[in-house]
Amino acid sequence: MKAAPFLYVKPKSIDEAVALKERHGASARYLAGGQSLMPVLNFRLDRPDLLIDINGLSELRGVSNSGSGVKIGALTRHAEVAKSEIVKSQLALLSECIPHIAHPAIRSGGTFGGSVALADPAAEWPACCLALDARIVLRSSKGERRVEAKDYFLGLYDTARTENELLIRVEFPAVAAGTKAVALELARRRGDFAIAGVLAQAKKTGVRLENVRVVFFGISDRPVRLSAVEQGIAEGQPMETIHQAIDAGINPDDDIYQSGATKTHLAKVLLGRAVEQLRQ
Amino acid sequence: MSEQMQISFILNGERKQVLVPMRLHIIDFLREKYELSSPRVGCEHGVCGACTIRVDGELARGCLMLAVQADGKTIETLEHLTQTGEIKDLQEKFVERNALQCGYCTSGMLITAADLLKQGKPASREAIRDHLSGNYCRCTGYEAIVDSIEAVMKKRVESGKRAAR
Repeated sequence: MKAAPFLYVKPKSIDEAVALKERHGASARYLAGGQSLMPVLNFRLDRPDLLIDINGLSELRGVSNSGSGVKIGALTRHAEVAKSEIVKSQLALLSECIPHIAHPAIRSGGTFGGSVALADPAAEWPACCLALDARIVLRSSKGERRVEAKDYFLGLYDTARTENELLIRVEFPAVAAGTKAVALELARRRGDFAIAGVLAQAKKTGVRLENVRVVFFGISDRPVRLSAVEQGIAEGQPMETIHQAIDAGINPDDDIYQSGATKTHLAKVLLGRAVEQLRQ
Repeated sequence: MSEQMQISFILNGERKQVLVPMRLHIIDFLREKYELSSPRVGCEHGVCGACTIRVDGELARGCLMLAVQADGKTIETLEHLTQTGEIKDLQEKFVERNALQCGYCTSGMLITAADLLKQGKPASREAIRDHLSGNYCRCTGYEAIVDSIEAVMKKRVESGKRAAR
């Protein structure tokens, strides 16, 4: 359970970090909060020759307003997202996720950008990116490029980020005032990765729910947005019809704890609770 | 680049300058170099919480932090919390309430509970359990641990109120 030998370097600028990664390529890893990379190294599931510790790049840390939206620097800790007044007032969906994100000792270390870069299918931040049409900003020596969340998550731990690109921040467009957000998940222990999770967001106008967004996570190889489910909720369709849309839209694999059928069932249960909360 | 790196950090109130191997996580380093036995090497993948330490005043998983990353930081282990008396009441309550059996998780439990206690606010049993959710105990069933923290919290909040009067 000890990491294989590696070299460690802590660059002082983004340019230096990216140049190092481009020089060493696939034998180097960016190290952010380390809450996922370090276990992988300790298990020797990965044996890079070089760790490029980006924690010295303070310009990558913090939440701020950008135009009408919000940008979150890649090195912003989960605990900092939790405390951010900007997030509380403008990105309610993220605030709703906080209680489900790991434990205090991990929230202080784990980073927003690290979670989005890793793209664990059961993680909350990637699901939020998809639900809120975020743009992921990637940096290489050629400059910056932005990828829409819907084009970014490609599969199990697979994203549009190429080997050497550094995820530097995530940009969220403004969320309409009065939008209600719910984040629900089931896990064996509070803060552990979700067996199944759902994010739901809508604006309540009279008895109707408008601008409905629904993203499931923990039930596929990536977060999944189902527009048929969103439409069903907006149109006030019966839950049985919406369940059919879930059956058509997801097909979870069995894992060592739950069957795929159980996960689908739990996704339906969570969605039912989420819609109930949105309607309140 | 060599496989070792010079770092400077504050450990339990004392400035240290030392050469550390790059691949070493900070728990092995603290235990082997400074013979600090409170942070445990448990699961070594961030699940059990037995390695919990304070880094710049915040809780951290020691097994997921490299020793070289201590450079420029302030590291505190349970030994320091014991020495300063910060959690004397909690430690006494753990003994009184028998909130441990094998003791392996206890350092992590105490340091994590201290983090909640220093917020100075009353918390429900559910909130206490949530705060401890990253720390496994395989002996006690948690009940006595939660009891101890709840009792100390109540006492501290009460004496805080008295002091404010």
